[in-house]
Amino acid sequence: MTDNVDHSKRNMLLAATAAAGGVAAAGVAAPFVLSLMPSERAKAAGAPIEVDISAIAPGAMMSVEWQGKPVWIVRRTPEMLDMLTKHDADLTDPASTVPQQPEYCNNATRSVKPEILVVLGICTHLGCSPTFRPEVSPADLGANWAGGWFCPCHGSRFDLAARVFKGVPAPTNLIIPPHKYLSETKLLIGDDSKGGAA
Amino acid sequence: MNAMKKLLGWVDERFPLIETWKLHLSEYYAPKNFNFWYFFGGLALLVLVIQIVSGIFLTMNYKPDALFAFASVEYIMRDVQWGWLLRYMHSTGASLFFVVIYLHMFRGMMYGSYRKPRELLWIIGMVIYLALMAEAFMGYLLPWGQMSYWGAQVIVNLFATVPYIGNDLSTLIRGDFVISDITLNRFFALHVIAVPLLLVAIVFVHLVALHAVGSNNPDGIEIKKNKGADGHPVDGIPFFPYMVAKDGVATVAFLIVFCAVLFFAPEMGGYFIEANNFVPADPMKTPAHIAPVWYFTPYYAILRAVPPMFSSQFPGVVAMGVATMIFFALPWLDRGKVKSIRYRGPIYKAFLAAFVVSFLGLGLLGTLPSTPTYTNIARVLSVVYFAFFILMPWYTKIDKCKPEPDRLTSN
Repeated sequence: MTDNVDHSKRNMLLAATAAAGGVAAAGVAAPFVLSLMPSERAKAAGAPIEVDISAIAPGAMMSVEWQGKPVWIVRRTPEMLDMLTKHDADLTDPASTVPQQPEYCNNATRSVKPEILVVLGICTHLGCSPTFRPEVSPADLGANWAGGWFCPCHGSRFDLAARVFKGVPAPTNLIIPPHKYLSETKLLIGDDSKGGAA
Repeated sequence: MNAMKKLLGWVDERFPLIETWKLHLSEYYAPKNFNFWYFFGGLALLVLVIQIVSGIFLTMNYKPDALFAFASVEYIMRDVQWGWLLRYMHSTGASLFFVVIYLHMFRGMMYGSYRKPRELLWIIGMVIYLALMAEAFMGYLLPWGQMSYWGAQVIVNLFATVPYIGNDLSTLIRGDFVISDITLNRFFALHVIAVPLLLVAIVFVHLVALHAVGSNNPDGIEIKKNKGADGHPVDGIPFFPYMVAKDGVATVAFLIVFCAVLFFAPEMGGYFIEANNFVPADPMKTPAHIAPVWYFTPYYAILRAVPPMFSSQFPGVVAMGVATMIFFALPWLDRGKVKSIRYRGPIYKAFLAAFVVSFLGLGLLGTLPSTPTYTNIARVLSVVYFAFFILMPWYTKIDKCKPEPDRLTSN
């Protein structure tokens, strides 16, 4: 080229302008993107809830809402607890090695008290809420069914410790939310500041 | 008359009115052998207009608030004069949009309309298709029924399966930790402003690209290669008035079908509007059987067909994503010597037929509850679906094609 343009200077200025423009664009984009994240009100909605569990009959389940999601509380009978030990071979993660529960619930029954199970009622597959099927060997679920949850959306199966069976779409056991006992019959869900102990 | 001409002249000095009219209509030469399959582009444009007009009027009475949304839709259905017509027009239009688009895409596949020089035209069309899917998905949340809620729950959770960033990504999409009022409000904004603007813009770009390269035809040969003394293709006829008149017939036929659905089967037996969507959203209870609306079911069946791997549902989500995106690669996967199915050999025809069977079969399976047998069938059909694309460079190359004609043939 025979013009008197200093191309290296021009390129440097172009790059500098582009870089400055890019930083400005990112800065302007930030408030827009951040406005899409959960608001303070949405975050505050996740406060812990108190539940009175005295009315749950043996073998029955109650469902409460926490952070907009269903939390199930089941009072398991001794027979139900007994059956939990009998199908380890059919489970994907019988010993709950995947951290889907607080440390204090990483035991055979996945609970603080063996008979009371507290579990988040959201399927680990794609977020449907499974159906409670406590009966043994119903016609539609087969002779081996010892009670648990069946997800109507994609057919995932869970036992009465909310552990997932092999060969279903859900990859992991259901989540046990943080919780602790305020008294013999009062449960606090969403807060475990004393490690789950009463 | 003279005043009219004067006005036209005044405008034309300031805006390329006559030039645009000529370029895109009266002197846009389209191949003279367009057949049935060439109705659907124009019809898609018609449905877009129906959706925009009916949508604007629905917006005037709809409330994007989790407390009022369901009731406001019922208010439109029962109390707003002719509100039921507007609502069913919009829901019928949504389903028929996909009918028309799927047929339009199939036309492109049959006649090789994605081949050089129309690769970019095809890609722009694919972007429209993706935008349309986003538009339909977000629109389905708005009535705030059980299927709205749980459908959105499942689809947004697909993003949560992405390793490492998944949970933050799905929270970003929802604006909350669950599908909530915030999500509804957000989807409303995207459904009525952002995506429609984008759709209209890319449809415009699609048409500009089409008119630059020219329409393909059932013979898959370029009419621009054979021009007459006047500089126009010998085998082309002006879009206006000839193609406009032809599309007019298609419009009438299409509107008969549209009205038949609209007036006699607006829910289409639960396929266009699912029964559970007449129940208000309940975050505590999932309906016994949930399935997406029919136009997503082929991909949904692929999602369900892939088993979890490494304690993650992500592989299934990837398969589903690839199944939608793989159409983008068609122009480069196809190595055939000819474009149109008319001159292709038996291997391509067999593969295309198998693809159609797999797409329809997966679509059917996606509407049914999953059983071990159905899951196995879905797995076989998914393999067929992907084989059509992945093996394409090989089978289109070895296929025995017939020679293409020099001029367009009549039907």
